[in-house]
Amino acid sequence: MTQTLQTQASTVLITAQRATADRKSGSWRRTRWVLRTVLPIAAALVGVLLTWLFVSYVVLNPDRREILVPPPQEVLNTSFRDWAHLHPMLSALQLDIEVSMTGLAIATAMGILAAIVMSLASWLERSLYPYAVVLQTVPILAIVPLIGLWFQYGFNARVIVVVIIAIFPMIANTLFGIHSADPGAHDVFTLNRASRWQRLAKLQLPAALPSIFAGLRISSGLSVIGAIVGDFFFTQGQPGLGTLLNTYLLRVQSSDLFAAIILSSLFGIAVFAVFTFLSKLAVGSWYSGAQSRTNDR
Amino acid sequence: MSVTTDFAAMRFSDVGKQFDTGTVALEGVDLTVTPGEFVSVVGPSGCGKSTLLRLASGLSRPTDGEIALHSDRLAYVFQDPTLLPWRSALANVELIGELHHLPRGQRREKAMAALSTVGLEGFEKQLPAQLSGGMRMRVSLARAFVLEPDIFLFDEPFGALDEITRLRMQEELQRMLHTGSFSALFITHSVSEAVYLSNRVAVMSARPGRIRHEVSVPFGYPRPPEIRYDAEFGRIAGEVSAALLEGHQ
Repeated sequence: MTQTLQTQASTVLITAQRATADRKSGSWRRTRWVLRTVLPIAAALVGVLLTWLFVSYVVLNPDRREILVPPPQEVLNTSFRDWAHLHPMLSALQLDIEVSMTGLAIATAMGILAAIVMSLASWLERSLYPYAVVLQTVPILAIVPLIGLWFQYGFNARVIVVVIIAIFPMIANTLFGIHSADPGAHDVFTLNRASRWQRLAKLQLPAALPSIFAGLRISSGLSVIGAIVGDFFFTQGQPGLGTLLNTYLLRVQSSDLFAAIILSSLFGIAVFAVFTFLSKLAVGSWYSGAQSRTNDR
Repeated sequence: MSVTTDFAAMRFSDVGKQFDTGTVALEGVDLTVTPGEFVSVVGPSGCGKSTLLRLASGLSRPTDGEIALHSDRLAYVFQDPTLLPWRSALANVELIGELHHLPRGQRREKAMAALSTVGLEGFEKQLPAQLSGGMRMRVSLARAFVLEPDIFLFDEPFGALDEITRLRMQEELQRMLHTGSFSALFITHSVSEAVYLSNRVAVMSARPGRIRHEVSVPFGYPRPPEIRYDAEFGRIAGEVSAALLEGHQ
């Protein structure tokens, strides 16, 4: 018996993978995609909902349940399916979308520009980059009140918070990407007496695109956080999701609080998904890191 | 030992190169390439062959001696294809025209012609990632041909290819080159590749790199692939190999 087991253990059997016509057909591919992409997410969602129900009904006493963790169906009924509750959240979400996307656009443009300037000369990079790092390391919560003081508490101040929170990944990633161009390709440009501008436009910036998109994915998530952090501090003017979160917390409207948290998470996920998609669209054809990794692993 | 003519396409006179690290890569290199001549340089790895080309192209400057070129229209073919991965085969070849500010129609026409010379008609729209290693090297060759340079510098262009592709590329390269007038300096560590392609083979020794020996190859062009089994070919290859071994000790 032991002998047999040992033999089996030392034998590696590689079975053939058939590539039959039906496997390659479109309908099978779609089914496979659904199985591999949607199913795990759905399974995880079911798991989360079950845990949620478990905590609400089993862990917590009925008197504390409504306050600490209202069960999912209650969040659905009181907050999502009641227009009087949902409407303010949706308008708040709209404001946050405007604030975060405006901020992200500005952070992207300024970040790429700053990285280009730094790439022009190493002394520029040495003198400017530390200040970019400072932007990243200064606690945003510490400077938000100051921004409110300087720029009032409206749209502009919130956009500035988003820009500060989202710009560093754009600078760092663009700079990294610009430096990542192949030295052999640089030689080709040098041998053909390319101008500084040609080198930048035809070699360094295209080479930086994958990194720029990686930066965009990080910054897009940060821009959502920035908008909500801004709301939290700037309670004047039109309310954003952060403002509502604060209000719901103070009024112990737990089910609305949960609904607002879910909405802001969905917003963050949506933004991330859009930029991941754009990245694949832009560089997926030639940059292997952006290609789907679900095939043949 | 070196050939002396009044008119040289490329002339290295007592050229030396010492890197900032203190390593002496080349010392006292004398080498002349006459117009229309194809000269190969063979030598062991790390003997400074590639440095020789970088100096000739101006990518790097010698620390001693002098290099004279009769034309500044050079093309450099690297060990790697060094293509831009986001550009199609055609766009990679067109890049050279763009850098030289040629009008769009003209650079497209020249690029198409160069791609057809290297046998890549029908693959113009493919990205480098979609091409095989041999085809990528063909694109790299087309990029070198596109502006019809006077001087070619080749840095072990076929070193990474498999044997069959390599032999076919050698054959095609000499067919392409011998339709025009040009001079070429070709770096390789393959003796048979050097003898097959060249009018003359220069043998380098290592540390510091210098030209030890030169061997003329009297065959005319175009050379059929079977010439590799010719007795005279074998004798020349033997002489080059012997010189290589001698320099290695």
